[in-house]
Amino acid sequence: MASTKLLIDDVSMRFATPAGAFHALDHIDLAVPRASFVSLIGPSGCGKSTIFNIVAGLEEPSEGRVLIDGVDATGAIGRVGYMLQKDLLLPWRTLTDNIILGMEIKGVKLAEARARALPLLRRYGLAGFENAYPRALSGGMRQRAALLRTLLLDTDVILLDEPFGALDAQTRLRMQEWLLKLWEDFGKTVVFVTHDVEEAIFLSDEVHVMGTRPGRIIATIPVALPRPRLRACTATPDFMALKERCLGLLHIEAPADIEDAA
Amino acid sequence: MPRTSANVVATTPPPGSAPNADGVIAWGAATSSPSPLVGENRGEGSGALAPKVPAGAPPIADPSPRGGREQALPKPARRLPVQKDWPTAAIVAVQIGILVAIIAGWEIGAVAGFIDKFFWSQPSAIYRTLTIFFTTGDALADIAFTFRSTILGFFIGTFAGSALGLSFWWSRNYAAIMQPYIICFESLPKLALAPLIVLVFGIGIASKIAIATALTLVVSTLTTFAGVKAVDPDGEKLFYSLGASRLQVFRKLVIPSCLPWIISVLRVNIGLALTGAIVGEFIASQHGLGRAIIYAGQTYDIALVWVAVSVLSALAVAMYVTVSWIERLLQRGIRG
Ligand SMILES: Nc1ncnc2c1ncn2[C@@H]1O[C@H](COP(=O)(O)OP(=O)(O)O)[C@@H](O)[C@H]1O
Ligand SMILES: [Mg+2]
Repeated sequence: MASTKLLIDDVSMRFATPAGAFHALDHIDLAVPRASFVSLIGPSGCGKSTIFNIVAGLEEPSEGRVLIDGVDATGAIGRVGYMLQKDLLLPWRTLTDNIILGMEIKGVKLAEARARALPLLRRYGLAGFENAYPRALSGGMRQRAALLRTLLLDTDVILLDEPFGALDAQTRLRMQEWLLKLWEDFGKTVVFVTHDVEEAIFLSDEVHVMGTRPGRIIATIPVALPRPRLRACTATPDFMALKERCLGLLHIEAPADIEDAA
Repeated sequence: MPRTSANVVATTPPPGSAPNADGVIAWGAATSSPSPLVGENRGEGSGALAPKVPAGAPPIADPSPRGGREQALPKPARRLPVQKDWPTAAIVAVQIGILVAIIAGWEIGAVAGFIDKFFWSQPSAIYRTLTIFFTTGDALADIAFTFRSTILGFFIGTFAGSALGLSFWWSRNYAAIMQPYIICFESLPKLALAPLIVLVFGIGIASKIAIATALTLVVSTLTTFAGVKAVDPDGEKLFYSLGASRLQVFRKLVIPSCLPWIISVLRVNIGLALTGAIVGEFIASQHGLGRAIIYAGQTYDIALVWVAVSVLSALAVAMYVTVSWIERLLQRGIRG
C-alpha cells in the first residue's frame, strides 16, 4: 500500500499558442500509492486533462518525468488505462466488441477477448446488452461500458477524466458506488478527475486540490474515512469538515469570491 | 452537371442527416391524430390560459384581468394544419393516369397533325421500332456495352477515389501538398477533356471506362477526404492511449468512420459513371446506347432516338435501385 505506483515528477507544461507560450502546468509533483484511489479537483482549465494526457503519453511535458513503478514512462503510450471525458464508444461495434477494444489492440484473439469480457459484462450490470449497439444504451450504461473497457486492460493505473460529469444526480450516485465496488475487486490504482467535491471525498483516499493560472497543486487532503464506505458517511461531521476545507480552497482560487473565503 | 454534383457531395454530411422517409411518415402520423393541446383548446374554447376549475366548484370572483386576456386571444384560434395522406393505390392510379394522358395526347396530336411527326415521332412508331430494336438490332450488345463501361468506371473510380481520400489521413503534409491538385482536378470540366481521352484510349471500351472513372474518382476522393477530416480526434486519442499502432487506428477507427461517407456517394457515382460512358460513346464508338442515339439522330430516325433513350433510362433506374439497395445493406453492415 505504501509504495508509490505512479509518480509525476516536477512536470511543467507550456503550450505554444498564437498569443505566445501558455503556461498550463507549473511544477506538478504527485505521488500515487499502489492500489489507492486519488482525486484531482480544480476549476475548469486548471490543467487536469493535460496532466492525464501527459501521464498517458499523449503529450510530452515541457519539463519533468512520469514514472510508473519507478521506471521512466514519459511519452510512452499504452502503459495506463485512460478514460477520456467522452465515452467514445464506437457506434459500429456491439457493447462486447467495444469493451474488448483494448485487448484486441494488444493482440488478444477475438474469441478469447470476448470470452474474458462476457462474465465481467454480466457481473457489472450490463447483462442483456452484450450485443446491443451503444446508441441503444442510456448514459449510465455507456459510462459503465467505457469504464469496463478501461479496466479490462492489463494496466495497473487507471485515469478517469470526469467520467460521471454528464450523468444526472441519481445515476451519478449509483455509479460512484458501482465504481468503488469495481475498484475493490480489481485492485487498480485510480486517479480520478471531477468537479464535484463530494464525489471526490466519497471515493478517494486522497484529494489533490488544484489552482489555475498556471495550473498547480495547492493542497493535498488525506481522506481518513473508513472503508468500505456507505452513502451514510457523507452525512458525518468528518465528511462535512473535509468538504468545507476543499470548498474553501477552491473559493480562494475563484477571484470573485475572495471575501467569502474566510 | 457533373461539376455541380461533385460540389454538392463534397459538402454533404454522411447519410444520417439526409432527409429520409421516416421524417415524412412521422409528420403524417402527428397531423392525423390531434395533439392533446388542440383537443383541450377545442373543449374550453379560448380558455387555454385560464386556470382549470373543478366541475362542481361554485364560480368565484377572479381578481385577475382574465376577461381582458381572453379578448386579446386571436379568435378563431389557429389550428395545426392538417394534410390528409392519400392511399398508395390512389397515388399510383394518378401517376399512371398522367403517363397514359401524355402518351395518348402525343399519339392523337401526331395523328391529328398538331405535333410534327418528323421531329417528335409518335408513340405507336416508337413501339414498332422498339420491337424491331430488340428482335433484329444489336440491342442486347449495345446495352451490355454501356452497362459494362459504366460499372467498370464506377468501381474503379469509387475504389481509387476512396483509397486516395483515405490515404490523406496518413500524412498532413502529403494532404496539404495534394490539396490544390485535387481542387484543380475537381473544378476542371472533365467532359471537355473527353475527346482527348478518346484520342489516347482509342474508340473501344477503354476510353468510356476512363471518362466514367474520371468523373467518379473526384467525387469519391473529396467526400472520403471530408470523412477523414471528420474523424474524432478524441477517438484517435483513445486508440493511442490503448497503445495502438497507426495501422490499427487506420483499420479500426478511420476506415469504419469514413465508410458512411464512402457509401453516401455510391448513388451519385452511378449516375456520373453512366454520363461518362454515354459521352464517350457520343464522341466515337462502335457500340453502346449512346452510339445508337447519335446514329439515330444523324439518320433522322427519331423513333429510334426515343427507344434508345427509354432503354437507357430503364438501365439507369435499374442500376440506381441496385446501388441504393447495396448502399442500405452496407450501411447496416458497418463493423470495424
Ligand atoms: N493543445 C493545447 N494547446 C494550447 N492550449 C491548450 C492545449 N491543451 C490545453 N490547453 C489549455 O490548457 C489549459 C488546461 O486545459 P485542460 O487540461 O483541458 O483543463 P481542465 O481539464 O482542467 O479543464 C486550458 O486553458 C486549455 O485551454
Ligand atoms: Mg478537462
